[in-house]
Amino acid sequence: MTFISRRDLLKAAAIVPFARGFQSGARPPVENLTSTEMQLLDAIVARLIPTDANGPGATEALAAHYIDHALGNALASSRPAYTAGLAALDRYARSSRGAPFPQLSATDQDSVLIDVETGAATGFTGSSAAFFAMVLSHTHQGTFGDPYYGGNANFVGWDLIAYPGVRTMVTATDQKSLESKALKTNHKSAYEYDFIKDSERGRRGPASLGKRDDHGD
Amino acid sequence: MATKLKDTDVVIVGLGAAGGVAALPLAQAGIDVVGLEAGTWLTRRDFAPDELRNNVRGWPQGIQKANQEIPTSRANASSPTAPRGTIHPMQNAVGGTSLHYWAQSWRLNPWDFKVVSETKRRYGASRIPKGSTVEDWPFGLDELEPYYDKIEYEVGVSGQAGNINGKIDPRGNPFEGARKRPYPMPPLRGNEFLEKMASAARTIGWAPFPGPAAVNSRAYQNRSGCMYHGFCNRGGCHVDAKNSTAVTTIPRAQATGHLKVVPRAHVTTIEVDGNGRMTGVNYVTDGVEYFQPAKVVLLASFTYENNRLLLLSKSKAFPNGLSNNHKQVGRHYFSHHQGAGVTALFPFNLNSWYGLPAQGVAVDNWADDNFDHSGVDFIGGGNLWVYSDRRPIGAVGASTFGRAPNWGSAWKAFIKENADRSNSAYLQKTTLPYEDNFLDLDPGVKDPLGYPVCRVTGEYKDNERRIAAFIQDKMEQWYREAGAVAIQRAPVGGAMGVSTHAYGGTRMGDNPETNVVDRWGFSHEVPNLGVLGASVMGTSGARNPTLTAQALAWRTADHLAKNWNAIGRKTS
Repeated sequence: MTFISRRDLLKAAAIVPFARGFQSGARPPVENLTSTEMQLLDAIVARLIPTDANGPGATEALAAHYIDHALGNALASSRPAYTAGLAALDRYARSSRGAPFPQLSATDQDSVLIDVETGAATGFTGSSAAFFAMVLSHTHQGTFGDPYYGGNANFVGWDLIAYPGVRTMVTATDQKSLESKALKTNHKSAYEYDFIKDSERGRRGPASLGKRDDHGD
Repeated sequence: MATKLKDTDVVIVGLGAAGGVAALPLAQAGIDVVGLEAGTWLTRRDFAPDELRNNVRGWPQGIQKANQEIPTSRANASSPTAPRGTIHPMQNAVGGTSLHYWAQSWRLNPWDFKVVSETKRRYGASRIPKGSTVEDWPFGLDELEPYYDKIEYEVGVSGQAGNINGKIDPRGNPFEGARKRPYPMPPLRGNEFLEKMASAARTIGWAPFPGPAAVNSRAYQNRSGCMYHGFCNRGGCHVDAKNSTAVTTIPRAQATGHLKVVPRAHVTTIEVDGNGRMTGVNYVTDGVEYFQPAKVVLLASFTYENNRLLLLSKSKAFPNGLSNNHKQVGRHYFSHHQGAGVTALFPFNLNSWYGLPAQGVAVDNWADDNFDHSGVDFIGGGNLWVYSDRRPIGAVGASTFGRAPNWGSAWKAFIKENADRSNSAYLQKTTLPYEDNFLDLDPGVKDPLGYPVCRVTGEYKDNERRIAAFIQDKMEQWYREAGAVAIQRAPVGGAMGVSTHAYGGTRMGDNPETNVVDRWGFSHEVPNLGVLGASVMGTSGARNPTLTAQALAWRTADHLAKNWNAIGRKTS
């Protein structure tokens, strides 16, 4: 009944996911933040979702890269809040803990972040808690969102929570397999499915998978 | 100066859930309809299974009319205006919000049509909450049953009947009013967790059943059955299994040759002549103004915009806004108390990643007047709905039940174990209209064309708050019976805010002193103006409004087609 054929599924599987280009350890270039801001943001997200015994975290997901990229489009209205918030956090770390945030121990970094989260940190425009909530929410997006947007690299976010992956069809048998822990995880972006690329081609000329466009961005 | 277009029989303002349905019986009767829709047709590209886009960024469709007209809101006339939202609960597109809604397609229960008379009869007049302006509907469920049936078959609704011609079927809702025949499709499938919940309900003596959904449970009308891929909640369907009007009634109406769909038509005002008879509507496309003359207008642009367009359409005959000489436009407003939810944590995976919000198990024992209210201090109640729906960003943003902080290694360990172990119930509760809850035009905030936006003044009263607390107790009992190890309750509501379930403002009733439209949906003051959508509903019931809004829309259009010479006659 569906128009998604087996052939389409196989074709889609042959495409190399875009985010994997950064797998070798090379970090994607900074697009919107300054390199100092990016360094600080990287250090923050590394504490929000740490790399630890439970596996990769926001660092491996490239969550800061997701945020940096999105600040040029979908999150552009948050750019001033990042400028002000990161500068305030930097000042607060230096004045209260005696060193720039990235140079603090993990324990001290966490204690700074707790102050920011609870609104106890001084020097912020408005409440530091609002800045914290924004960064945390964007870090979730960059770790658990579709890799199309530049985060969740190598599907590390989805693997952490055992999300079995984006599918376009889940049969009753698939659901039973999931319930008996036998469903194979599907590492695929929504934008690797041909039905989306085909309609994109129809609407806007050649498909441009991998080049993030304006839809939703 | 607006370009005057060729005259047509009927203009429908808004081709969403209600307007998209009304077009069909009119077109089938050979009446020429122009459907003015602010949005555009959407493509499958717009229906990507992408949580970030659909749920986090609010499915940013091309036409942003609604998002530039988000109503302002405040709890009451003396409270400050709340911060304005950034995403309107409704969206512009051919098919409107029926493209990405949950598609729960309930009939109201018999009590919902007779709240006042049934409450007086069973408990006495003193039990009608103070300050409420609630009235009985001008007709009962029996009158609407044939139209519910029509929509269930024309649009396509999956479900399990509970009462066919008075015979109760225990697999369905034993409290539903009598229906003439079963649903055209069986209910959506269950799963292990939903079956566990149903079994727990039976253990405590309640009557669980699968809810009705405008989603194909099998191939229907040459469209696919549901794929259960998990992106139906604020996402469009990639196989057209969700029965939006964009894939059902609108194309069928177009096929008759009597419906012209005009996308990107931003309607600004409705015109009348010196006798107070409607003459047509003004709209703007790409900055160019048009006047579309029509013999009849059906206003179908969601509750906030229906009220706003009437209030903005001022004339000599209607100095307070169209059809508002009795000052009833905007009154009797209410929105469902959908908040005050209950979330449960289970010690096992629920396997909820693939499913949809219309796939679930309902309990109606505590809704409406389905139980004896002698010993409680409220009227009405709530429908308990447990459904299968989960996506990654939403899952990690869920409650940690006080067992972990919200970030860091301990949080990460918590979500690694529990991302698929919580469930939030959807609890819709009776909400009544009150004297001091209303819609009007905001005195300061304007849309980009310079027209004031709608303002919501509304708060839940004691009756709604008491229901909410009562329903939370019931929901917690149900979850605990099914094995939940932790429960979190959301706060009971205060301010109404802006809602997807917004009712009233153009209420339907026989008395023109308290109602804007008559029992057929036509204005008491402007005979060739009809109003479609939940803005005509005077009670909410404890369930989603769309099917009722669609049944009423079909009934109004059917009445218009049958009485075309009387209502659509030429005036000049």
